[in-house]
Amino acid sequence: MSILVLAEHHDGALAGATAHVVAAAQQIGGDIDVLVAGENVAAIAEAAAKLDGVSKVRVADNAAYAHLLAEPTAALIAELAGDYSHVLAVASTTGKNVLPRVAALKDVAQISEIIAVESADTFKRPIYAGNAIATVQSEDALKVITVRTTGFDAVAEGGSAAIEAVDFVADNAQSTFIKEELAQSDRPELGAAKVVISGGRGMGNGENFKLLDGIADKLGAAIGASRAAVDAGFVPNDMQVGQTGKIVAPDLYIAVGISGAIQHLAGMKDSKVIVAINKDEEAPIFQVADYGLVADLFEAVPELEQQL
Amino acid sequence: MKVLAAVKRVIDYNVKIRVKPDHSDVDLTNVKMAMNPFCEIAVEEAVRLKEKGAATEIVAVTIGPKAAQEQLRTALALGADRAIHVETDERVESLGAAKALAKLVEEEQPGLVILGKQAIDTDNNQTGQMLAALTGLPQGTFASAVDVDGEKVQVTREIDGGLQTVELTLPAIVTTDLRLNEPRYAKLPDIMKAKKKPLDVKSPADLGVEVASKVKLLKVEPPAERQGGVKVGSVDELVDKLKNEAKVIS
Repeated sequence: MSILVLAEHHDGALAGATAHVVAAAQQIGGDIDVLVAGENVAAIAEAAAKLDGVSKVRVADNAAYAHLLAEPTAALIAELAGDYSHVLAVASTTGKNVLPRVAALKDVAQISEIIAVESADTFKRPIYAGNAIATVQSEDALKVITVRTTGFDAVAEGGSAAIEAVDFVADNAQSTFIKEELAQSDRPELGAAKVVISGGRGMGNGENFKLLDGIADKLGAAIGASRAAVDAGFVPNDMQVGQTGKIVAPDLYIAVGISGAIQHLAGMKDSKVIVAINKDEEAPIFQVADYGLVADLFEAVPELEQQL
Repeated sequence: MKVLAAVKRVIDYNVKIRVKPDHSDVDLTNVKMAMNPFCEIAVEEAVRLKEKGAATEIVAVTIGPKAAQEQLRTALALGADRAIHVETDERVESLGAAKALAKLVEEEQPGLVILGKQAIDTDNNQTGQMLAALTGLPQGTFASAVDVDGEKVQVTREIDGGLQTVELTLPAIVTTDLRLNEPRYAKLPDIMKAKKKPLDVKSPADLGVEVASKVKLLKVEPPAERQGGVKVGSVDELVDKLKNEAKVIS
């Protein structure tokens, strides 16, 4: 068996999420190759070659793969897939965009967002917003899988895999990249942060989200939000934690002014310790919180910041 | 331009689901069902394209059991012109659904197919992408804005770091994200009128496709329950617990 992992990268750097997918690949067993596709990705390939457990890094460095548009990237992976029993990617917006297209090109099903490997063809994945865990078995010769990174610990660095170029260039006359507007933030990435503090509708407005900055600074935390806060326009939508946003599992998750709808819990209930600050003691969030404080957040948050 | 909007009948998103005692699946008996929220957004976008004059006809499509016709009637009440029901009692997942839809795309030749980005039951997020692959069309997934301009469509996509805009040649496949629009409610007169709109029923065999899922569902379990925690009386106590009991801050 051999496994191809699609490297996740942003702004010229390998994303930490890739190391979690390599860990999932190790549990499946077999040789692990990493595919780095994009434009000017030599440095990313070097970083991928250092991941423990990787035997080879294949680099498709071409303008055709800039921004990893689905059409050329899927064509590339489908071209290489014949050499592999499994193709894995992060369950990120890139992985979710590209991999199902690969699966259909190869006429196989895809298994989305696995959280555990039972065997080389059997996996666990959450369904119904994480309110049920399904164990599924693929009968396809090629398994196409996206990995929920919170289910697997990242592999360390220390390897030195061989790097080889892939010369296949996909034609693409159908889609063109126009522009990207990325949110600028000095804080850790939401998906990878050890501490996350999130605000909900109870924050009242976008201005009040600044109240969370002090605590985030002191704890080195990422700042998240509930869908209600995003829909109300308080914060941009890439901050959304939940079934349809980001899935996080930090050591500490602090939910401020968040009621705890099913869809939000789906995104954070695997956190090690959950703290809820909410003035409604009946809020569902208290059913999953390890420590609940029934208080007005406008008093409790500044006080908490002072005490840290 | 004709627009195809795919809809799915799923458990209502507010329902707290139960796993069957034998762990074979989720218990759907006597549970409130509804149109998948992302599909509502897809239908709404199709209707808006028609209102803008970018679309001429909207065809709503579903694959599923007989009861799924309720969701097609909802789509018709919201503004779809006609509906196609691919009736099957099989457990259908993305690849099967995409194959049936690909046949319909071949038959209907739409300029645009709009689907939700994921169904809230299986949480797969695959069908639109698979349909794009099977039809050889470009895809604009997780759309928060769709702008049809002549032979092209600009799609603004919600990606992990923010927003990305791509331009696709038509025909194309688009999947909706939450913030694409605010779906309208069906009005009573429209619900009555929807009963008279055409609804075609086909079988997967008519389309010449196998829709049954190739992925075996071995077991469905409830997730590990979190231990209910404690309520603390003050911020002091909270900080003390986080430092000394949970040891997550120093």
